[in-house]
Amino acid sequence: MLATLIRLLGDFDAAEEAVHDAFRAALEQWPRDGVPANPLSWLVSAGRFKAIDAARRRKRFDALDDVGEKADVAVMDTAAWADEESVEDDQLRLIFTCCHPALAPDAQVALTLREVCGLKTEEIALAFLTPPATLAQRIVRAKGKIRDARIPYEVPAREDLPERLDAVLRVIYLVFNEGYAASSGQQVTRHDLSGEAIRLGRLLVELLPEPDAQGLLALMLLHDSRRAARSSPEGEVVLLEDQDRALWNREQIDEGTRLVERALSSGRSGPYAIQAAIAAVHAESPTPAATDWNEIVGLYDVLTGMTPSPVVELNRAVAIAMRDGPAAGLEIVDSILARGELRDYRLVHAARAELCRRLGRTSEARASLERALALTRQEPERRLLERRLADLSK
Amino acid sequence: MKYLCLVYLEKDKLHAVPDNECMACGNGFRTSGVLVAAEALQPVDTATTVRVRNGKTYITDGPFAETKEQLAGFYLLDARDLNDAIHMASKIPPAREGSVEVRPVRELVP
Repeated sequence: MLATLIRLLGDFDAAEEAVHDAFRAALEQWPRDGVPANPLSWLVSAGRFKAIDAARRRKRFDALDDVGEKADVAVMDTAAWADEESVEDDQLRLIFTCCHPALAPDAQVALTLREVCGLKTEEIALAFLTPPATLAQRIVRAKGKIRDARIPYEVPAREDLPERLDAVLRVIYLVFNEGYAASSGQQVTRHDLSGEAIRLGRLLVELLPEPDAQGLLALMLLHDSRRAARSSPEGEVVLLEDQDRALWNREQIDEGTRLVERALSSGRSGPYAIQAAIAAVHAESPTPAATDWNEIVGLYDVLTGMTPSPVVELNRAVAIAMRDGPAAGLEIVDSILARGELRDYRLVHAARAELCRRLGRTSEARASLERALALTRQEPERRLLERRLADLSK
Repeated sequence: MKYLCLVYLEKDKLHAVPDNECMACGNGFRTSGVLVAAEALQPVDTATTVRVRNGKTYITDGPFAETKEQLAGFYLLDARDLNDAIHMASKIPPAREGSVEVRPVRELVP
């Protein structure tokens, strides 16, 4: 409804106000006159007329206001919004506008959660540990830019679609990760954000069934399926190999696996689908020992070809260590560090410590764990590293 | 709506794009009817900054702020919206060497 009103009125703030006014009108009229046959259309028309009224009132004071003109045009446009297809398109337009690359990345995230997911500014601020005033300012600035620089309210043209879809997927994945692996703070996960990201991913797949969108949704579902197993009741981190696999959410795994298969069979799937395929291999293994590490190494090879990065290389090294033994993995990890990359990335040191431990190189394992500890900012992760450090001395 | 596309280049890249390529770009914009104005600028060493304070004019050599990239030229274009403007800006040859800042034009309030 908000998405449609933004299109009809051409202004975010006017549309938000119109939504409020429409619901207020419904609260007055529906108990008295009964619920209309099509409540959504009723609300959209009510919102539109309220907005036109408001714009006309303002126009008397401010001749330059163009909301009124747009609203007038919308009135003559005979209910083009009513069919389901254009309402769906409106949602897609809204997503693409909120994730427009001309907006700052943090503003894209805030605007998407506010306008598409309907979260309150305070809720977003709390989830991102940002002062509400800062977040509100970010949103105001983004809306100002949409209006003044005239960022169009449209689904991008086919030629621009892959790039613009990437931006949308990036925003959704960022929201998911913020919820899944909160980068700082007391708890391991912040559930609401992951849930919102999955909801957004589902909406996107429904509106635009592109392989990359399916891949991302699959990846989020497969990661989220381990939620109950990845922290103990005391809030401690439980690593993948130590997780109770009976706690994994089968429904999410099944849905995720189906989506991966669909994305991969399209023949034009990107890095999200490959990462999801890796998660699916884990999900299908009844025990850590039964994991098909050869398959996982192969998938990391594909991923390295698509998006070469030291973090992907590190994950590949860990998979190689599982397949060919810790020495083979350590060699790759050390070559990454020797290039001077990832030196301040806590997980590279944690991985190195584990490989050294398995090779019996205890003092090196200790040094790497201490380096990882110095770099971590998350409380449960710090406790996990300390436990592993204590285990080394046993 | 009009957008001003400001072309920024590092000093040693000011001549990285041949003039005839820039002229061809401008002519292309003119033919498709979107060009309002476009000019290339002399290097920033030739700039003079003028300020008026309390009715007195202050003149200083050089630009107001020292930056790595300098303003090398501009295109004033008529675009449907920001997406359209970004599209045109990406066709400006020096975008490959430096950067193009796309600024919407503000209508003055009489």
